[in-house]
Amino acid sequence: MQFVRQRLAFLLLSLWAAATINFVLPRLMPGNPAILMIGRFKGQLSARALKALELQFGVTHKPLWDQYLIYLNNLIHGRLGLSLTYYPVPVSRIIAESLPWTLGLVGVATLISVAVGLILGIYTAWHRGGNWDAILPTMATFTAALPYFWLGLLMLFLLGYLWHWFPLAHAYSTSLTPSFSWSFIRNMLYHALLPAMTIVISSMGGWLLGMRNNMIQTLGEDYVLFGRARGLSQRRLMIHYAARNAILPSMTGFAMAIGFVVGGALLTEVVFSYPGVGYQLLAAVQNEDYPLMQGLFLIIAFSVLITNFLVEILYARLDPRTRGGVHK
Amino acid sequence: MSASHVPISPRSLPTPRRLPVWHTIRSILQRDKRPLFGVAILAVFVLMAILAPVLTPYSPSQTGFQTMAAPSARHWLGTTASGQDVLSQFLYGSRISLGVGFTAGFIATLLAVIMGMFPAYLGGHTDTIMATVTNIMLVIPGLPLLIVITAYVHQTGPATIALVIGLTGWAWGARVLRSQTLTLSHRDFVVAARLAGENRWRILLAEILPNMLSLVVANVVFATIGAILAEASLEFLGLGNPNIITWGTMLYWADAGEALLGGAWWWIVPPGLAIALVGLSLALINFGIDQIANPRLRVNRIRKNRAGRGSHP
Repeated sequence: MQFVRQRLAFLLLSLWAAATINFVLPRLMPGNPAILMIGRFKGQLSARALKALELQFGVTHKPLWDQYLIYLNNLIHGRLGLSLTYYPVPVSRIIAESLPWTLGLVGVATLISVAVGLILGIYTAWHRGGNWDAILPTMATFTAALPYFWLGLLMLFLLGYLWHWFPLAHAYSTSLTPSFSWSFIRNMLYHALLPAMTIVISSMGGWLLGMRNNMIQTLGEDYVLFGRARGLSQRRLMIHYAARNAILPSMTGFAMAIGFVVGGALLTEVVFSYPGVGYQLLAAVQNEDYPLMQGLFLIIAFSVLITNFLVEILYARLDPRTRGGVHK
Repeated sequence: MSASHVPISPRSLPTPRRLPVWHTIRSILQRDKRPLFGVAILAVFVLMAILAPVLTPYSPSQTGFQTMAAPSARHWLGTTASGQDVLSQFLYGSRISLGVGFTAGFIATLLAVIMGMFPAYLGGHTDTIMATVTNIMLVIPGLPLLIVITAYVHQTGPATIALVIGLTGWAWGARVLRSQTLTLSHRDFVVAARLAGENRWRILLAEILPNMLSLVVANVVFATIGAILAEASLEFLGLGNPNIITWGTMLYWADAGEALLGGAWWWIVPPGLAIALVGLSLALINFGIDQIANPRLRVNRIRKNRAGRGSHP
């Protein structure tokens, strides 16, 4: 319980930090960039919206502290302002429309990549010095260095453009209207496959290498040697003795890994014109739609922080060592 | 106790405490060729960057050639949609891509040392605060943050990009260096130095830092991989200065010029492949550095242990 409280405190602290970074950045920049943006929209917005914008980006004479409190208060109530590109649509609605696509894509791709990466890591460590152990880790090192967007471009070129196996863009065929029918879901999965493969291929290598290292460390432990001396079956040794203990430490890197995967997924979305938060974020940047950009950044950061919190809680349930050992 | 202290090679006998680094490197490279491959690949790219004017007769921004031409004897890597030579763009582009990568890698590592090593050694509230700041920076996703910062900065040249990537990419290194500093500061030789009345800063810089050097170097390598990828990503998104030729902006123009739909693979493949190969080379070098830092990972030891275990009845 103390562990959960501690992690919860850290979650709140990091959420606050992300929100504060979001507040400080535009005010920190030389020649507040928001002034230009607001100037550009002057004739087109209602006086009230304009005033809200000025407050949101610090183009106002109110004291900084007041601005900050108003900002936090708005944030707590889910008021992220109005998008300028889609004026007067609230930023929160655009987020609500794009977030499910990203969560679905990144969620499924990450689960696959973690599962396959861990299994291959266990396998190569167990057969250390074998043929696959010579090939797979080297390949993993290479795929881990592949830029996500470039891999996406290549897949698009080969599988989409040259061989016509997969659609070139979007989350579903534009001729269809979203529904819960089987044909729509099939169409959706078909469109998600190529971007998901891009994310899986680029992120799997890291899991494989991390798992292999941990597995090798674990295989050197006395209890594995003892199990071997007792004549336990290879399978039991590999899975119950070594792998189960090696998986947990490789999850410690999860926080950084998930941040990295999300970054990569944003690029993948851009390449495939997939209507998730990454695609919207880039569009917002290109249109200088700062309220939308801020809102998307916050939601991306918050999703990563909350996922990370949930994984840590799960991790502590599975591995009692982490619960008390943090302070030592 | 006895088994693990049997020397592996007789050469390691005479100097038990600190072997010359060169000695260690040579013995690692005899067993494991991967770091050598890494150095070789990186050397090729660095040479290409330096010798760009010798290797290609064209200027990277020179237009007027046939557009979207496939590779030929005149243009080994074909031409772009606006009739530029892809090979010269590739060669000249490597200068800035590698330059930004390594600069950002060094900035990030310098910050990691400052934010990780010093507070950990000094302890107290500074350490608690800095460790928390590090952990927060570690979990806030990097690329979205970079995108937002560059969006506000507007005109972002390579120097700005290197600075921003360096300023946001230090957290992982700081965490690694912090925990190593904490471990080392309880070791006998550091305690002995403290009891002998050595100056605190001297202990930090002369006793602890040299023992972490391999970790620091590993961090430069690691941070540089991340920086090269981040730079390419930002430029691909059009957030750099698209008029400065780098591997990232090449991909930006290739995407904007619909290179794929025109079938111009020669425009897309080289920059991305180069980024991946540089990343691979640095990762291979890191395998070697890891083995200096952590003798347990050394290839010969693992094999020996295993062989030994296998022969047990």
